[in-house]
Amino acid sequence: MAILIIAEHNNQSLKSETLKVVEAATTIGGDITVLVAGFNSAAAATEAAAIAGVTKVLHADNAAYEHQLAENIAALVTELGKGYSHILAAATTTGKNFLPRVAAMLDVAQISDVIAIESADTFVRPIYAGNAIATVKSADAIKVLTVRPAAFREAQTGNNAPVETLTAVHDAGISRFVTQELTKSERPELTAARVVISGGRGMQNGENFALLNGIADKLGAAIGASRAAVDAGFVPNDMQVGQTGKIVAPELYIAVGISGAIQHLAGMKDSKVIVAINKDAEAPIFQIADYGLVADLFTVLPELEQQL
Amino acid sequence: MKILVPVKRVIDYNVKVRVKADQSGVDLANVKMALNPFCEIAVEEAVRLKEAGSATEIVVVSIGTTAVQEQLRTALALGADRALHIETDQNLDSLQVAKLLAKVVADEQPGLVILGKQAIDSDNNQTGQMLAALTGMGQGTFASKVQLADGKVQVTREIDGGLQTVELPLPAVVSTDLRLNEPRYASLPNIMKAKKKPLDVKAADSFGVSLSSNVTVLKVVPPATRQGGIKVESVAELVDKLKHEAKVI
Repeated sequence: MAILIIAEHNNQSLKSETLKVVEAATTIGGDITVLVAGFNSAAAATEAAAIAGVTKVLHADNAAYEHQLAENIAALVTELGKGYSHILAAATTTGKNFLPRVAAMLDVAQISDVIAIESADTFVRPIYAGNAIATVKSADAIKVLTVRPAAFREAQTGNNAPVETLTAVHDAGISRFVTQELTKSERPELTAARVVISGGRGMQNGENFALLNGIADKLGAAIGASRAAVDAGFVPNDMQVGQTGKIVAPELYIAVGISGAIQHLAGMKDSKVIVAINKDAEAPIFQIADYGLVADLFTVLPELEQQL
Repeated sequence: MKILVPVKRVIDYNVKVRVKADQSGVDLANVKMALNPFCEIAVEEAVRLKEAGSATEIVVVSIGTTAVQEQLRTALALGADRALHIETDQNLDSLQVAKLLAKVVADEQPGLVILGKQAIDSDNNQTGQMLAALTGMGQGTFASKVQLADGKVQVTREIDGGLQTVELPLPAVVSTDLRLNEPRYASLPNIMKAKKKPLDVKAADSFGVSLSSNVTVLKVVPPATRQGGIKVESVAELVDKLKHEAKVI
């Protein structure tokens, strides 16, 4: 068994999702090669070499890979991937973008959003927004998987795997990067945060999300939102927690003014401890919350901030 | 310019999903079905591009049993001009769907393909990317904004942490995210008109594409249920429980 993992990084540093994919790969067993494709990304490659369980790091450094354009990354991964039994990436917007392109070029299926690995060819994944869990078996020569980071722990570090530089450049010459606007925030990323506090339709408007700031500051939390809050235009879509947004599994998840639609639960129900604050005692969120507080969020939030 | 919009018939998003007792899948008997929400957004975007004068014809295509004609008629009522039903009673994986769509692209030569980023049943999020790969087109996935100019399309994409804009030459594949637009409701006159719009039917096995998949579903089970906890009476009690019982703060 030989596994190729495509690292997730921002050229300067490796993202924690990559460590989770390595952890998933170790349950398959076999040599693990991590590909770091980027531009001026030597630091990320060094970090990848330090992940326990990694046999080798392949480093492709070229402007063509700077923005992870699917056409270029897929061309590179397709070329490399022919020599492997498994190709894995995180089920992030980056992995979801290029990996199906790789699978199609290799003429194999992709298994999306794997949450458990039963054996080298059998995988578990949620379907129907997490309302059903499917176990699937692939007979393809190369298994192409995206792995849901929230379902796996981070691999340890402390390794010193060899880094091999790749010189061949795959510039498909199709797409051109124009701009990128990343939300600037002092807070941790949603999918990596130890604590997440999310607001729903009960927040009533975008300005009221400021009520979550002080609590998030005190807990070092990321701020999320339900799809209802995003659809209502309160906050941007990159804050969405749910089946169609981000899947999170923090130590502590605080749901504020969120009723608990199934599509939201699919994105946070694997959190270790769930707190629900909602004035509607019948809200479905209370059925899965470890601690429920039936109260008006506009009185509770300032009080909570003060008492933390 | 012609726009091709592949759409899928799925369980209505308001319906509670029930797994079959024999673990063979989800029970779809006598369940309300609908146009996949992301596909609806794709149809809407195509209609808006046509209304803006950027497109001249919208062709919708769907793969499945005769039942998918219901969703094709819905798309026609929303503003598509004609429909193609690729008939099969087989359950196809994304790769097989993409291969069939690649044949449709070869026949129809659209300037743009717009489709939903994922279907809410299989949740694969693959077909658009695979179609782009098989046809050699560029891909603008998870679009929240689509702008056409000078034979190119600029697609603003919803990515983790923000937005990214890429430019692709036409023809290109665009997959829709939630915030691209808010789909309209079909008006009664348009629903009546849609019944008279052309709808062609072709057999899936007439495309010369292998429809067999190497992936088999071993079982489908309901998710593990999480036990509800306790209700606390005050913020002070909540903070105390989080500190001393759950030990998470």
